Amino acid sequence: MKAINRRQAFALGGGFVMLTLMPMAADAEVTGDAAKWIEKFTGGKQPVKGKISLDLPEIAENGNTVPLSINVESPMTADSYVKDVMIIADGNPNAGVATLSFTPLSGKAEAAIRIRLATTQNVIAVAKMSDGSLFTEQKTVKVTIGGCGG
Amino acid sequence: MISRREFIQVAAATAALSTGVGTGLTQAVAQQRLTEKELLAFEPLGNVTLVHVTDIHGQLMPLYFREPSTNLGVGEAKGQPPHVTGQEFLARFGIAPGSSAAYALTSEDFEALAKSYGRIGGLDRAATVIKAIRAERGDKVALLDGGDTWQGSWSSLKTRGQDMIDCMALLKPDAMTGHWEFTYGSERVKQAIDGLGFPFLGLNIRDTEWNEAAFEASTLIERGGVKIAVLGQAFPYTPVANPRWMIPNWSFGVREEDVQAQVDKARKGGAQLVVLLSHNGFDVDRKLASRVKGLDVILTGHTHDALPEAVKVGKTLLIASGSSGKFVSRLDLDVRDGEVKAYRYKLIPLFSDVIRADAEMAAKIAEVRKPFAPDLAKVLGKTDSLLYRRGNFNGTFDDLICQALLQERDAEIALSPGFRWGTSVLPGQDITFEDVTNATAITYPAVYRMGMTGARLKEIIEDVADNLFNVDPYYQQGGDMVRIGGLSYAIDVAKPQGQRISDMQMVKTGAPIDPAREYQVAGWASVNEGTEGPPIWDVVANYLARQKTVRLEPNRAVKVTGA
Repeated sequence: MKAINRRQAFALGGGFVMLTLMPMAADAEVTGDAAKWIEKFTGGKQPVKGKISLDLPEIAENGNTVPLSINVESPMTADSYVKDVMIIADGNPNAGVATLSFTPLSGKAEAAIRIRLATTQNVIAVAKMSDGSLFTEQKTVKVTIGGCGG
Repeated sequence: MISRREFIQVAAATAALSTGVGTGLTQAVAQQRLTEKELLAFEPLGNVTLVHVTDIHGQLMPLYFREPSTNLGVGEAKGQPPHVTGQEFLARFGIAPGSSAAYALTSEDFEALAKSYGRIGGLDRAATVIKAIRAERGDKVALLDGGDTWQGSWSSLKTRGQDMIDCMALLKPDAMTGHWEFTYGSERVKQAIDGLGFPFLGLNIRDTEWNEAAFEASTLIERGGVKIAVLGQAFPYTPVANPRWMIPNWSFGVREEDVQAQVDKARKGGAQLVVLLSHNGFDVDRKLASRVKGLDVILTGHTHDALPEAVKVGKTLLIASGSSGKFVSRLDLDVRDGEVKAYRYKLIPLFSDVIRADAEMAAKIAEVRKPFAPDLAKVLGKTDSLLYRRGNFNGTFDDLICQALLQERDAEIALSPGFRWGTSVLPGQDITFEDVTNATAITYPAVYRMGMTGARLKEIIEDVADNLFNVDPYYQQGGDMVRIGGLSYAIDVAKPQGQRISDMQMVKTGAPIDPAREYQVAGWASVNEGTEGPPIWDVVANYLARQKTVRLEPNRAVKVTGA
């Protein structure tokens, strides 16, 4: 997670998105508590469902690299735009995955990244708008051993 | 001498007397006469005829295939077709016990009825039916193949699907989609598609690098003056259920939004009829139909369900055409003003003793099978009991495979995948190499032997159970439960993942499975690259060579609740 790879560069280049990857848990002190991450991001305010379209597979083909694309409805003008979107994986050892930062210059609040999922869990997105309002969306992604379909 | 064909026309009457033990055969059944004319009888309707075949699984010849006695639905699908079996199925669709339809569609009295009605299927019989429909309906007919066509037999495996491709070419399908086709690897799939002469559709397949469409999404054809958009949906979990390393550059998924986008695009492009040629599985398609607007017909596949009636979800008709080449579906549609005004449907069972073989196809089948004929005919052993596979839990053919794994690999526990293809063998019949490979012919056949803790075994069983019994169909994969030898367990299908499985015990001793202990496990069809071991058909053949005659009683090692 140190160097920006091609995929992340693609996400960056596509729409002037700033992507901050959460540091991997360095010590046992950092818990995988999704609620804590969300609270830190929202300042305790309750986000409402909506505005976000979160594209994730129902079942991951490879838990180590799960494609995620996200789009937040917004005019993306100086008066009204999406500031930050936080991605949380509530079953990972470290629930924080990434924060995507946008500006009106981004044009669209849209990004595609790949995330790692340790197990079957919910992936949660929380969007912070320029007026301080908060929106959320989530989806369950199953990480399976696979192999017996047919 | 009375021919088989002549025989069967009176068979129902006499067979009813000799085989109707406890089935309460009716007078109507006893008077039944089965003829090709009757099987094909259809009062034509409207301006379009869709002909659907799916999940043929490499089966070119007539065969025995016992439909499931257990096919549980969960959540909203509970008790809904196709999750009805046996007597309940017969009652629901008004089918007389002991009738030809009862034999073709259910497991009721299968052994006895198989003897009266004989084998079903054969692509030469399908050809006769398809030609007859085309002769009657002319330019109104579209033929669509739902996939799982190129895999499931020894000749398909050895030719990497070319045997099926060559035979299907004579039928001139308008489109196909796929699943097991992908287990021949990306290069072979691309090469095969190039030579098809019709589109191989997969709107839900993207390349893993750029997340762009990797296959054609749809094809627009005109039949009976109606513009028809056929969208193709490949099996969404191919890289999960089958080896991903064989198709590293393709990513699948249900991709409901993409289906909707393609429907909208087709409508905008002037399509008056929109058909989804799907390999999703029935429950996935039922959910999809309730959420995607503008789909007129879904030709379902993957879960091998054979339903004698169309299922209507909102305005969408769902068709389930069975598997293994047993059936051809005919759906007549009256399409006007961009919508289906009326329909008529028939699932045509291909009784091989009643429907004539098409000579051209029969010759082609003989040609493609010729190089393998001596191997296929080899007798490996004999069975005193019915061997079958289909059903949510263990089938006797799988029990045979598990017995072979336990004994030939000296293991405590055997794991065998819950595939839904594989033919049946009647009591008293020889077990040939063809029978064994019909149940095992895959491109990753290696039999592994490895240590697994009791905890790991529980995790695997729970994982597979959730692929089958998750209440949300989009999280299901459509295979049956992993078959297990040497171990018994209880399952509550209504519980969530992690809580379904209990009472895991060693069958021999009754000792509970110790989560911490390591057990020696033999299994096959691992999706992991580099799995080593002899191919499963050799292991089964060696076992049969030692046993000579086998007898597999119905499996009682799985106790099911919550259904």
